[in-house]
Amino acid sequence: MNGNRDAQPKGTLLEVDDLRVTFPTRTGLVQAVRGVSFSLGRERLGIVGESGSGKSQTGRAIMGLTPPQAEVSAKKLSFDGIDLLSISPRQRRALRGNRIAMILQDPKYSLDPVMTIGRQIVETLRTHEKVSKAEARERALEMLRAVQIRDPARVFDLHPHEVSGGMGQRAMIAMMLIAGPELMIADEPTSALDVTVQLDVLNILDRLVAERGMGLIFISHDLRLVSSFCDRVVVMYAGKVVEQLKASELRDARHPYTRGLLNCMPRIGFERHPLPVLDRKPEWAA
Amino acid sequence: MTASDAGSLSRREWLLSDRPASRLQARLGRAYVAWRRFSANRLALVGMLIIIALLVVAAFADVLAPYSPTVGDLKNARLLPPGAAHWFGTDDLGRDIYSRIVYGARWTLYVVVLVAVIAAPIGLLVGTVAGYAGGWTDAILMRITDIFLAFPKLVLALAFVAALGPGIENAVLAIAITSWPPYARIARAETLTVRNSDYIKAVQLMGASPFRIVLRHIMPLCISSLIIRVTLDMAGIILTAAGLGFLGLGAQPPLPEWGAMIASGRRFILDQWWVAAAPGAAILIVSLGFNLLGDGLRDALDPRSGDQ
Amino acid sequence: MTAAIAIDGLEVVFDRFRALKGVNLEVREGESYGLVGESGSGKSTLLRAITGLAPVASGAITVNGKALGKTRDKAFYRDVQMVFQDPYGSLHPRQTVDRLLQEPLAIHGISDGEKRIERALDEVGLGKGFRFRYAHQLSGGQRQRVAIARALILEPSILLLDEPTSALDASVQAEVLNLLEEVRRRRKLTFLMVSHDLAIITHMCERLMVMQDGEAVETLTASQLIGHRVSEDYTRNLLRASEGFVRV
Ligand SMILES: Nc1ncnc2c1ncn2[C@@H]1O[C@H](COP(=O)(O)OP(=O)(O)OP(=O)(O)O)[C@@H](O)[C@H]1O
Ligand SMILES: Nc1ncnc2c1ncn2[C@@H]1O[C@H](COP(=O)(O)OP(=O)(O)OP(=O)(O)O)[C@@H](O)[C@H]1O
Ligand SMILES: [Mg+2]
Ligand SMILES: [Mg+2]
Repeated sequence: MNGNRDAQPKGTLLEVDDLRVTFPTRTGLVQAVRGVSFSLGRERLGIVGESGSGKSQTGRAIMGLTPPQAEVSAKKLSFDGIDLLSISPRQRRALRGNRIAMILQDPKYSLDPVMTIGRQIVETLRTHEKVSKAEARERALEMLRAVQIRDPARVFDLHPHEVSGGMGQRAMIAMMLIAGPELMIADEPTSALDVTVQLDVLNILDRLVAERGMGLIFISHDLRLVSSFCDRVVVMYAGKVVEQLKASELRDARHPYTRGLLNCMPRIGFERHPLPVLDRKPEWAA
Repeated sequence: MTASDAGSLSRREWLLSDRPASRLQARLGRAYVAWRRFSANRLALVGMLIIIALLVVAAFADVLAPYSPTVGDLKNARLLPPGAAHWFGTDDLGRDIYSRIVYGARWTLYVVVLVAVIAAPIGLLVGTVAGYAGGWTDAILMRITDIFLAFPKLVLALAFVAALGPGIENAVLAIAITSWPPYARIARAETLTVRNSDYIKAVQLMGASPFRIVLRHIMPLCISSLIIRVTLDMAGIILTAAGLGFLGLGAQPPLPEWGAMIASGRRFILDQWWVAAAPGAAILIVSLGFNLLGDGLRDALDPRSGDQ
Repeated sequence: MTAAIAIDGLEVVFDRFRALKGVNLEVREGESYGLVGESGSGKSTLLRAITGLAPVASGAITVNGKALGKTRDKAFYRDVQMVFQDPYGSLHPRQTVDRLLQEPLAIHGISDGEKRIERALDEVGLGKGFRFRYAHQLSGGQRQRVAIARALILEPSILLLDEPTSALDASVQAEVLNLLEEVRRRRKLTFLMVSHDLAIITHMCERLMVMQDGEAVETLTASQLIGHRVSEDYTRNLLRASEGFVRV
């Protein structure tokens, strides 16, 4: 079933070498990302790690969405041969959304609370492509249908607080997919979806990778999902990559943190009360 | 020296502690962070200094002004140019312009404070109630707001003063009545973005009354944008007051109100330019001060700038 | 055993959209009951209807033997509390933890506030050091603990949980689930818990209801689900899907 998966990805799309993101805060510098390196072809790369380990900040740095007060540095940060750190903000903006897109965590925060879902998608589309209003609406509805929203015409006219958690998340996904990016950074894209819809959304992403050759960075803390969906997995802890391995080999992970993470998920048919929790060791962060 | 350094360092740490031990410490810490953000902006500090200077001048006008602001020396001192005896010169009634400007600071402050105290709460109340209640209440309140917004501020204020009769109190009232609608719009917009949030729902689920929710949970979120807006508007308020004064509908002679002073100086603008220039400069500087302060507050208080 | 929550033929209509189409549900006292189902199937709406936040068109809701009308009185909220899905959105951004916990006490005019706040913070494993922090000074897991403390402070007998851990990472999720189990045991609470993760539901609940498109598909016990003894196709799909992604 995964015959095409082990095939070597043609060419690298994204190269990240020694990426660092530092926040100046009132109590000193906070290093959110401390020297992360990986490269991505036209494949699915999972990033897992606990809350606060710097997954989102890594994604945001690639997107150029780091908060302005923070400092980003890297030995190399290039997308399709373009050095992302040296191009102008305008070129960066042009890349963003068109060729690189990111599904942000917290759809509730990323969607405008006073604009309807449909209008937000349509506006996203129209900033990237010259299409008529009617066509944009058609495409938006189609996209909503593709992410398995029942009755897209109704959801089109709803405001973010009028949709369920999972619908908001799918609206966000639809908004990002509509521009047809080459690199997609998906930050916890399915955390609010039920399992069947989750698989539908993953299928969409999977098809984009397989058919259109999109590169996908899939940020998640759901190891079960990552191990079954991604090709490779990067495990982060305290801003660093502690382990990189093939997704299929995640079960044989060596780092105690990865093993701990795997262990503390409840599983159907295995009763454990209370659940084991992680015992974090200071040396992991070193 | 080193001892006081250590003292101030630990006080700073106390303020910035991310686990404050009391309500007071949490509040002070928050205020301190806002202050640090504010004071990082040089221009905002300049603005604040101007406003502080205005306060000081108004408070100590009796001490600072060498002459009476209302009684002049008609015989010997009419329209004297700036000099050692009269720093900014004298006007057509022989009054010392410097003294009049110093006393005028009181009237400027009076206008600005009263307008802010009347208009901001009205706007806040109308906006938050309309935004939170929605439906008919919202429609009615907002249509009323729109009606006020449809007229230029000065024209509307003129109409009110014409109806109420000239005088500085009526001018203040007229300006206040005409300046609340934008505040109501801001407060409403802010309310709309938060009213469906989970944290407001959580308070509803505690059994809180709508009144309590608006007053204690929604208003605090609107206040910072309102303060910013009001501060930025101060300049406009001063100018409107001056405009009314200039048209003879605001402060009545012999009150040393800056706008009225310009009005009376305009007759001599070509030969005795200082009569109008001095109050003009005062208005300019104070307006600028409020504007700079408002910009600084925006950086320091803006709820969207993140709380880190 | 009486029913803590009994729902009969509940319909919820938004404008013209029927979000719930006649749902029946009975949660026994002291029980932990799970709701799973399709995204958008009305799980959150069901919880909101109980708390009075959703427009009920028809049907009856009874809580602790009392039939509920259109509005809820204050006493109701001392019996039923809710924890929201998104810990980042459910705490007021301008209030300290202390203030958040004080609010329900002030609304209900409870006087031994100091003691209750300390106890609640203790119970959710947050020490005194957290009492005067703002939400932005807390991690997701800590925020959810505060939300749980806020729900517990009125000493309710029923806790409604809307995906309490879906925004948390696996290790923190385990901590919060353990915490929930412990307070339930200690306070003899009734839980009605929404989750899209079948493993969490089987871990936490004795019985569950599967929902799809505003309707109940079937009602099961946890052991039936674990043993795959289910009768509906949709439930079977859910079980299959929760084994992970399979490339087709
Ligand atoms: N604006 C900021 N100022 C200071 N520190 C920040 C800021 N934003 C993020 N951080 C810090 O950066 C670190 C990494 O955050 P990030 O959002 O990348 O975590 P994450 O791995 O995505 O976690 P989660 O699973 O909770 O989303 C955290 O320790 C956080 O405290
Ligand atoms: N205020 C509202 N106005 C209009 N429709 C609404 C409103 N609130 C909810 N709905 C609709 O009700 C349906 C059920 O929503 P609900 O939030 O209960 O779903 P859910 O089962 O909790 O889904 P999820 O697992 O994604 O959170 C959705 O189709 C949603 O669009
Ligand atoms: Mg994140
Ligand atoms: Mg929901």
